Amino acid sequence: MDTLIAALRSLLPHDSVITDPVRLRTYECDGLTYHRATPGVVVLPGTAEQVARVVRLCNDFGVPFVARGSGTGLSGGALPREDGVLIVTSRMRAILEVDLADRRAVVEPGVTNLAITEAVRDRGYYYAPDPSSQQICSIGGNVAENSGGAHCLKYGFTVNHVEACEIVTPDGDLVTLDRMDPGYDLLGAFIGSEGTLGIATKITVRLCRAPEAVTTVLAAFESIEQGGQAVSAIIGAGIVPAAIEMMDALAIEAAEAAVACSYPEGAGAVLIVELDGPAAEVERQFAQLEEICSAAFELRVAADPAERAAIWKGRKSAFAAVGRISPAYIVQDGVVPRTSLPAVLAAIDRLSAEHDIKVANVFHAGDGNLHPLVLFDDGDPGAGERAEVVSGAILDLCIEHGGSITGEHGVGVDKSRYMPKMFSADDLDTMQLVRCAFDPQGLANPGKVFPTPRLCGEVPGVRKGVHPLVESGKADQL
Amino acid sequence: MVTGGLEGAGVFGEVTTRQAGDDDAVCGVRPRWVALPETVEEIAAVLRACAERDLAVVPAGGGTKLHWAPPPERCDVLLDLCCMNEVLEHAAGDLVVRAQAGVTIAALSAALAGEGQELALDVPFGEDATVGGTLAAPLPGPRAFRYGTARDLLIGITVVLPDGTVARSGGKVVKNVAGYDLGKLFTGSYGTLGVIAEATFRLHPMPPERRWVVAELGGARVPAVAAALAASQAEPSAVEVDRPDPAGPLTLAALVEGTAAQTRGETLRELIGPAEVSGEPPSWWGQVFGDDVLVEVRFPASGTAAVLDAAAGCGLSLRGSPVAGRVLLEPGRELDEDELAATVSGLREKVEAAGGRVSVLAAPCQGVDRWGHVSGLPLMRRVKERFDPGRRMSPGRFVGGI
Repeated sequence: MDTLIAALRSLLPHDSVITDPVRLRTYECDGLTYHRATPGVVVLPGTAEQVARVVRLCNDFGVPFVARGSGTGLSGGALPREDGVLIVTSRMRAILEVDLADRRAVVEPGVTNLAITEAVRDRGYYYAPDPSSQQICSIGGNVAENSGGAHCLKYGFTVNHVEACEIVTPDGDLVTLDRMDPGYDLLGAFIGSEGTLGIATKITVRLCRAPEAVTTVLAAFESIEQGGQAVSAIIGAGIVPAAIEMMDALAIEAAEAAVACSYPEGAGAVLIVELDGPAAEVERQFAQLEEICSAAFELRVAADPAERAAIWKGRKSAFAAVGRISPAYIVQDGVVPRTSLPAVLAAIDRLSAEHDIKVANVFHAGDGNLHPLVLFDDGDPGAGERAEVVSGAILDLCIEHGGSITGEHGVGVDKSRYMPKMFSADDLDTMQLVRCAFDPQGLANPGKVFPTPRLCGEVPGVRKGVHPLVESGKADQL
Repeated sequence: MVTGGLEGAGVFGEVTTRQAGDDDAVCGVRPRWVALPETVEEIAAVLRACAERDLAVVPAGGGTKLHWAPPPERCDVLLDLCCMNEVLEHAAGDLVVRAQAGVTIAALSAALAGEGQELALDVPFGEDATVGGTLAAPLPGPRAFRYGTARDLLIGITVVLPDGTVARSGGKVVKNVAGYDLGKLFTGSYGTLGVIAEATFRLHPMPPERRWVVAELGGARVPAVAAALAASQAEPSAVEVDRPDPAGPLTLAALVEGTAAQTRGETLRELIGPAEVSGEPPSWWGQVFGDDVLVEVRFPASGTAAVLDAAAGCGLSLRGSPVAGRVLLEPGRELDEDELAATVSGLREKVEAAGGRVSVLAAPCQGVDRWGHVSGLPLMRRVKERFDPGRRMSPGRFVGGI
C-alpha cells in the first residue's frame, strides 16, 4: 500500500490523496452505516484523466478500487476496501453544459441530482429522477445505482434519462457510451451496475419540460386495505399518476413526531397521489380520483407549491423520522407486483407479531416498491437478530410473489446474499460474463452485488477449495 | 423429430427440425436445417447440440428484418421461433405482460387490447414481426419520444446462451435494480449473443383519445416547429415528418394521446400554423418505406436542419422524428454498390458534423461502411467473446464484424 500511495501522490495534486487515519475514518461507510471499513487510501481526483490514471495504477498494483459519490447509498455499494483505493468524485462538480435546444445537460459525476434541476428550473425544465436524497446524492451515484424516486412510476429511472456516459473502464480506459451509437447497449448495462463495471466521469442527462399542471392529493383512509383498494382502482381506471405513495399508521406517527406534518388524525393509512401533465388532463383525472377515493375520510388538495411541500414533508422525512419512535431500524427496499400488495402487507403484519418486532410501512404503492422500516431497540439483547430475521423474511416474501429484493437502493454489500434466492446459479454466472468482459481482474468494487463471484476464466461448477478471491482478500464468502 | 429429409435426424433430439430450402437463406446464406423449438428447454437443447458440433446459428422470428445486417459468415441452423407463440401471463392489474419470443406483435396487441392496455411501441410489420425480433433488431417508432424504445419498456428477459445455458434477468416488476440488466444487452444485439426466448414488458393503459395534427410544412420551418412542439406543455406523444421526394413537400404530424386530446391538439396547431386535427393518423404514420436499403440517422435536436439538408442533398427520402432525433432514409431509386457507398459516406460526413450518427440498417451489398466509428467497440468485442467464444451466433452480422 505504501508504494501505491507514493505512486498516487506522484500522479495527483498533493491535497487529492488522503492517508490521515482520522480523515480516512470519515469515509468508512455510506448511508448503510452498519457495514464499515476504513479505506486503504482515499483519492479526490478533479478530472476524468486523473480517475483513469488512478484506475490504471490500481491495475498495475492489482489493488481493488471503489467509487464513491456523496455516500448516500443505502446498500453499502460504496463500502470501502481496507486493502483498496476509494475514489471520491466530490471534486468533480461542474455542470459542463446545459443545452435546452437539445433538452440535455452534460455534468460531472459529483454534481448533485437536485443541482441539475436547479440549473434549469427557471427556464421550465427539470431532471426527472428524484431519489429522496436528491439534495445531496450525486448523479454519478445515481448512474451506479440506477436510482429512481417517487416519480419514477410515470417517468422511469436514471437509465431512461441518461443519454451518454464517459466512463473509466476497470482497465483505466476512457470510453464514451452513447445511446446514439450503434452496437450493444453497453450504456444500459453500465447504468445500475453499482460501480462494478467502471466509473462514470461525465454524464449527459435528458431534461424534461415541466408539466403545465400539478395536483397533489392527500387521502386519509381508516385502514391500509382501503388505501390499497384505492391504488388498484386508480391503476384500473387507466390513470398513470406521477406518484402514488402510501404510509401506514406507524409511519405516520413517526413523521408526526419528527416534522409535525399534520396528517389527518386517526388515519390507518394515507395516500399521496400526484397528478401532472396538461391542465385539461390533470383536471379530468382529478375528478376521477375524487370518485375513486370516496372511501377516504379526508381528502386534501394542494393548491400551491407550499401546500404541496407540506403534503410531501411527512413522506420525505419518513426514514429519518422513525428515529423518533425507535432507537434503531433496518430499511428494506423489496418490490412486489402491485396486485400482491394486500397479501404481502398482511404477511408482514403476521411476521411483525410473530417476532415481536414493529414494522412501519412506507411505500411507492404505484409500483409495488416497499420500504418497510423494521424497528428495534439495539439495547435489547436479541432484538437486532429478530429484526434481521423479519427483514430477511420480508425479502423472501417479495421473491415468493415474483418481485425483487431491491427496487432502487441497489444490492451492494447488503443484499448480495439474497441474490441466489432471486436468481439461479446460471443467471448469476451469465451476469458474471458481463463483469468479466469489463473487469477481467475483478478490481472494480469487488464483493458487491454478487455473492462470491466466479473468477473470469474459471469453468462453472468445478470450483474446489477456498475461492481465490476469498483467499486473496478480494471477496468475502457470503 | 425430423421432417422433409433425414440428414439431421437425431442431431436435435426431439426438437422438430426440417431440411432448409432456398427460402430459408439468410442474405443468401442457406442453412442446413431449420429447427422449430417449442419451449425454452428445446431452444437450449438445440443450442447445446450446435455447440457440440460447432454449428453456427441464426435465430429468426417473423423474418421481417432478417435481411437487415450483413450476411452471416456461416449459418448451419436457422432457429425459427415461430412455435414459441404463447402469451404466458398478462397481469393487467400490474400493467405487465410476459410472452414467448415468437408471439407476433399483432397477437400480443390483440391480447392486451382486451384489457384496454398496450405495449407502447409502434412496431413496423407488426402482423409478422415478433417479440423476439422486435427486441433483437429494434426500430424506434413515433412514440419513442414519449415512452422510450424497446429497451425502456422491457423489464425482464429469458435468454439462451450459445452453450445452452438458460439465463434470466430482471423480473416482472417494473422497479427492480437487482443484478445486471441482460435485457439491455440483448436488446439490439442482432442475434449475436444468444437467443431471446421470453420477454416481460411494462404496459400502458390504452389512451382514451388520440388526435393527430397534420400539416404541410416548408423544410426550413421544421427545426423551429419541432422545438416548439417538443417544449409544449400540451405534451405530444410523437412528432413525425415525412418527405418521400427529397426535393418535394414535407408533411409534419404530431400525436396527442390521453384525455382532452382535441383541446391539446388545437394548442399544438397554434404552434404549427394551418393544420388539420384528425382522429386518424396519416397513411405513412409508423410505417417503414421499402427496406432493401434503409439508413437510420440519430441526432441531437439541434442537428435537425443539418440532417434534413443532408438527406435532401444525398437524394434520400426521409421519415421520422425531429423531436426524438431519429429518422429513416431510403434512396428513391436503385443505387449500385459504389453509388450507395458514396452516398452513405457523404451523408455520414454531414450528419456527424452536426453531432449525429448514421447506421445502414439494410443494404443488399458488402462494400458499405454500415456503422462508421463505434466508440465502445473494443468493449463490445470483449462482451461477444465472453458470451459467444466460438463465434457461432449470427457471426459477422453486427458492428465491427461481431
